[in-house]
This record gives sequence, C-alpha cells and structure tokens, in this order.
Amino acid sequence: MSFLSYLINGISLGSVYAIIALGYTMVYGIAKMLNFAHGDVIMVGGYVAFTMMMNVGANPVVAVLVSIVVCTVLGIVIEAVAYRPLREAASPLAVLITAIGVSYLLQNVVLLIFSSNPKSFPSVVGVPDLKLAGGSLIITGKAIVTILSCIVIMIVLTTFINKTKPGQAMLAVSEDKGAARLMGINVNGTIALTFAIGSGLAAVAGVLLCSAYPSLTPYTGAMPGIKAFVAAVFGGIGSIPGAMVGGILLGVIEILAKAYISSQLADAIVFAVLIIVLLVKPTGLFGKQIQEKV
Amino acid sequence: MKDKTLKSNLITYGMVIAAYIVVQILLTTGNLSSLFKGLLVPLCVYAVLAVSLNLVVGISGELSLGHAGFMCVGAFASAFFSKCMQNIITISGLRFFLAILVGAAVAAVFGVLIGIPVLRLRGDYLAIVTLAFGEIIKNVINIFYIGIDSNGFHMSITDQFSMGMEPTGTMIITGPQGITGTPKDSTFTAGIILVLITLFIVLNLINSRDGRAIKSIRDNRIAAESIGINITKYKLMAFTVSAALAGAAGALYAHNLAALQASKFNFNTSILVLVFVVLGGIGNIRGSVIAAVILTALPEMLRFLSDYRMLIYAIVLIVMMLFNWAPKALEWRERYLGRFFKKTVKEGK
Repeated sequence: MSFLSYLINGISLGSVYAIIALGYTMVYGIAKMLNFAHGDVIMVGGYVAFTMMMNVGANPVVAVLVSIVVCTVLGIVIEAVAYRPLREAASPLAVLITAIGVSYLLQNVVLLIFSSNPKSFPSVVGVPDLKLAGGSLIITGKAIVTILSCIVIMIVLTTFINKTKPGQAMLAVSEDKGAARLMGINVNGTIALTFAIGSGLAAVAGVLLCSAYPSLTPYTGAMPGIKAFVAAVFGGIGSIPGAMVGGILLGVIEILAKAYISSQLADAIVFAVLIIVLLVKPTGLFGKQIQEKV
Repeated sequence: MKDKTLKSNLITYGMVIAAYIVVQILLTTGNLSSLFKGLLVPLCVYAVLAVSLNLVVGISGELSLGHAGFMCVGAFASAFFSKCMQNIITISGLRFFLAILVGAAVAAVFGVLIGIPVLRLRGDYLAIVTLAFGEIIKNVINIFYIGIDSNGFHMSITDQFSMGMEPTGTMIITGPQGITGTPKDSTFTAGIILVLITLFIVLNLINSRDGRAIKSIRDNRIAAESIGINITKYKLMAFTVSAALAGAAGALYAHNLAALQASKFNFNTSILVLVFVVLGGIGNIRGSVIAAVILTALPEMLRFLSDYRMLIYAIVLIVMMLFNWAPKALEWRERYLGRFFKKTVKEGK
C-alpha cells in the first residue's frame, strides 16, 4: 500500500513538472530557445495568487484566474522586450543569457516587494481526501486536483494545437519560420501566443506547486524549473506528449528514490536517469531524429 | 597573421601583469579597501574559470552548463589533499602548488569520464547532460563523510558516527558541512600566476595545430570529419583541458575559504561563469578575463545601492546583452557610434 501511495504522490508531483515542462517545450519548439526565466514565472504566479488570497481576500478560483492573467501578460512582455530583439542574433547563446538576466530580475523584484521570508501558502484546493482500502491508502484532494488539471490541460492543449488555426500556425512556425511567413502566418504573433500559453500554464503550475509544498520564497521556482527542463528533455524537447510523459516519469522517479533509496540523493538519481536515457536515445523518448544534410 | 596573434596574446598577458602591478602598488600604499582585498583571489578564480569555459563554449562550440561541477571536484580534491598533508609538507607554497596539481588532475579525470558519454550528444542535449553531471557531482559530494585516525581513512555516506573512528581521529569531509579548516594558502600572487598559466595553456592550444582542428569541428563538423580529423579526440581534448583548469580554479577557491561546501557549486555558479564568457565575447579569451573581472567586481561596487544591487545587476545584464547582440542595436551602433564601436561591431558578428 505504501508503494501505491508513493506512486500517486509521484504522479501528482510529476503532473506539476509536466505542466511546467509543457511551457518549456512549446517555447523551445517554436523559438528554439531555453527559457531559463520560466521557473521564475511560476514563482510570480504563486506570489500573485498568494497576494490575491491573503491581502485582497479573493476567493481561490478568482485568485488563480488573476494569477493566470498576470503571468500571461508577463510572458508576452518578457518575450517582446527581452527575447524578440535577439531572435536573429548571431549566437543562440545571447538569448539564453538574456533569459538568465530576466530570471535574476524577476527574483529580485519579488525579493524587494515580498522580502526573502518564506510565505506560507494557503490551500486553494477544497476537495476532500479520498480514503481507499479502509483508510490504508489516502489520496489527498490536492493530488486529485493536480492530476486532473494536468489531464485537462493536456487534452485542451492537444486539441488546440491540432484542430485550431492558431494551433496549426504554431506547428508551422516551429517547423519552418520562413515558409510559415510566406504562407501569411504572423510569426511574431504566433511566438507571442506561445509565450502567453506557456506562462499561463506556469501560473497554474505555480499555484499547484505551492499548494503541495506551501513554502513560497523568491527562489521557489528555480529548482522545479530546472527539473521541468530536465523532464522536457527527457521526453524529447519540442514534443508535447514527451513533456507530459517526461514530467510524470520524473516525478515518480523522484518520489520513489526519496522513499526507497536516499532523500539526499534523489536529485542525483533523477539526473542520472536522464543521462542514461539520453545516452540510449540521444534526442529523448519522443524526440524527432534529425537527419543531417551535407 | 602569426605576428598579429602574437601581438594580441602579448597584450593579454601584459594586461594581466599590469593589473597585478597596479594592485600591488595600491596594496603597498594602502589605497585598497578591505572589500577589494577580499575580492582579489575570487577575481583570479573567476578569470580562470571564464577562460577555461570559453575553451569549451567558444573554441569547441559546445554549450556546457556544468562547469561548477569540475570546479567542485578540483576544490574538494585539493582541499582534501591539503588537509591530509598539512603536517607532512610544511612549506605552504609547495603544498599549495601540489594541491593545485591534484585538483587539476582529478578534475581532468572527471573531464574524460564525463566527456566520453557527453560528447556523443549535440547542442542543447549536451548542455542539459553537463548540467545534470554538475548537479550529480554536487549532490554526491554532499553526502560523503571521510575521517582519518591512526588506522587510516574511514568513510561513510550516512553520518559521521557510523564510521567507527577512534575518538582521536579527525574529520576531513563532514557531509553537507564540507571541509573546514583548509589552510589559507591562496594569495593574489598565486592567483595571478594561475591566470597567466591558464592563458598560456589556452592561447597556445588555440593557436596550435590541435586548436585549429578543434575550431574546424566547431565551424563544420562534417567537413572536418571528411578531411580526417578525429572528432571525439579533439572535442575530448578541449573538454578535458577545460575541466582541468576549472579544477585548478577550484583549488585556488578552496584555499581561500575557511569552510568549503558542495552546495556552493550549484547551477547558478555554472551560469555565472557562462555569463562572463558570453558577455566577454564567445571565443574571445581576453574578453573573458575582462568580463570576469568587471562582473565579479560590479555587484561589490554597487553595494551602495544596498537592496537594489542585484536588481540593477540584472537590468545591466539584460541591457548589455541587447546592446551587444540584437541585430537592430548593432545596426544602430554602426550608424551613430560607428567611429567608436566599429571594431567591436565587427567582432560581435
């Protein structure tokens, strides 16, 4: 029974990673950049929801919605100010370093506003815990909500990308920017839309993450950000089902490693599994093999 | 061509030596604040790190996000060596010299071990695996407990008491607390010598036959392979030399601190060094040294801003990146500031 409850905890944590990883992977797929500020957008999402609930006294659903809107706008602004001017830069590293600058900026703005004292995040989930097998297996309401949100997001996102025009435009831009532009697709608009969706998802992930681990600091987003990045690579960066599977696998491995091997080594084990996967499949589980042309 | 590189290299060495002389004059006349005295060794550490990372990122063209891992290995190996040899080799200069060699050698071994699997990958996948290795090194060193007593070494990965050590024994590595009481052997002079040696090694490598082979792989891997260049060998060479130099920098760093913890060598440290490399100019060795010095000193110089310090640093970083790399900014610079910036614009491209 304890194994099952670890497994469910793992899937729940993995669902949060998966939602963050979706943002990473979509941005990478379309803009070919590693957005290191993504983890900090999660943190901003957490703080916005926190302020709405504690200082404004809003109801949790409103707080989450406001948080999504703020992060979406933040994502669009970051893309327009810091990343778009560097899209045609001579080295892809330029935009990577700018992303790191944005990450420092977000952390320090939040640090100045809220100080570095950890904030205790109130629960936003009103779902009661589910007791199974006579109380020996408890699935928390948070876990249920997290896993369900992850499934819903996955379905909506896949439908959006495959069935709607803006979604098709995103696929086209990620395939070939030049050709997409010739077909009359607004490339800048499509990239901005991707950042908006990714950042909105980050806000959801931020709230879910803070509900599960209720201590909120300006650096809360950093480690989940890196882990989600690992998850995205794990599944094959640029692939949406890959991000989902990668995130959930990562969460499960992390929780099981913590439970059965060593809590201090859990992170090392997660990274070791990533290395092994990449050595066997160099482009991740669902990554596309790119043929090189001479 | 040859004279030009020679001249450029001499300028780089001259710059470091000139900086050393200026600092020495300031030190003897007592014009240097204690804040800056404390910064002198870290400046050398970061300069060495930036130059060594530039060898991988700029010359070999692979993005490495785990440079702090090699620094960590070098720091711990050398501090371990110094702690063990503290009573055996009493001449601190010799002991420190050997400690740096130990740090560099152990880091080089890790460089080869990690390089062989990692260099099979490409681009961002390679970057993420170096990041993963950096984190693994940090986490694994974090759980080690090593002590010494009359029976020799004792080791544990759970806690200090399960090692069965005699009460007279001393701890060398204490898990997350790391190594404390490393002899403070690092001096500014030693740091500058290490910077000069690093520059000598890297600049000579770049301008050698091997260096040209490494650059040819960066510019076009398939073309390089087709003329018979052994890709794995040359990539591994750059990676290992870089790791060894990072290890030496780690040794310098470790002998400047009273307490050395593995958690300091995290992802942010790797990123910090990468920022030096990119802002100094990818592939530009002299730029790396200058950027490392300016960006290490900048947060200290901004201390008067107190709480706003890191905020300003972040904004400066973003603005500098936009100004140096955005195609529109480069165009604008060429048009309005052409007279002052012509050279840098060309290098930037």
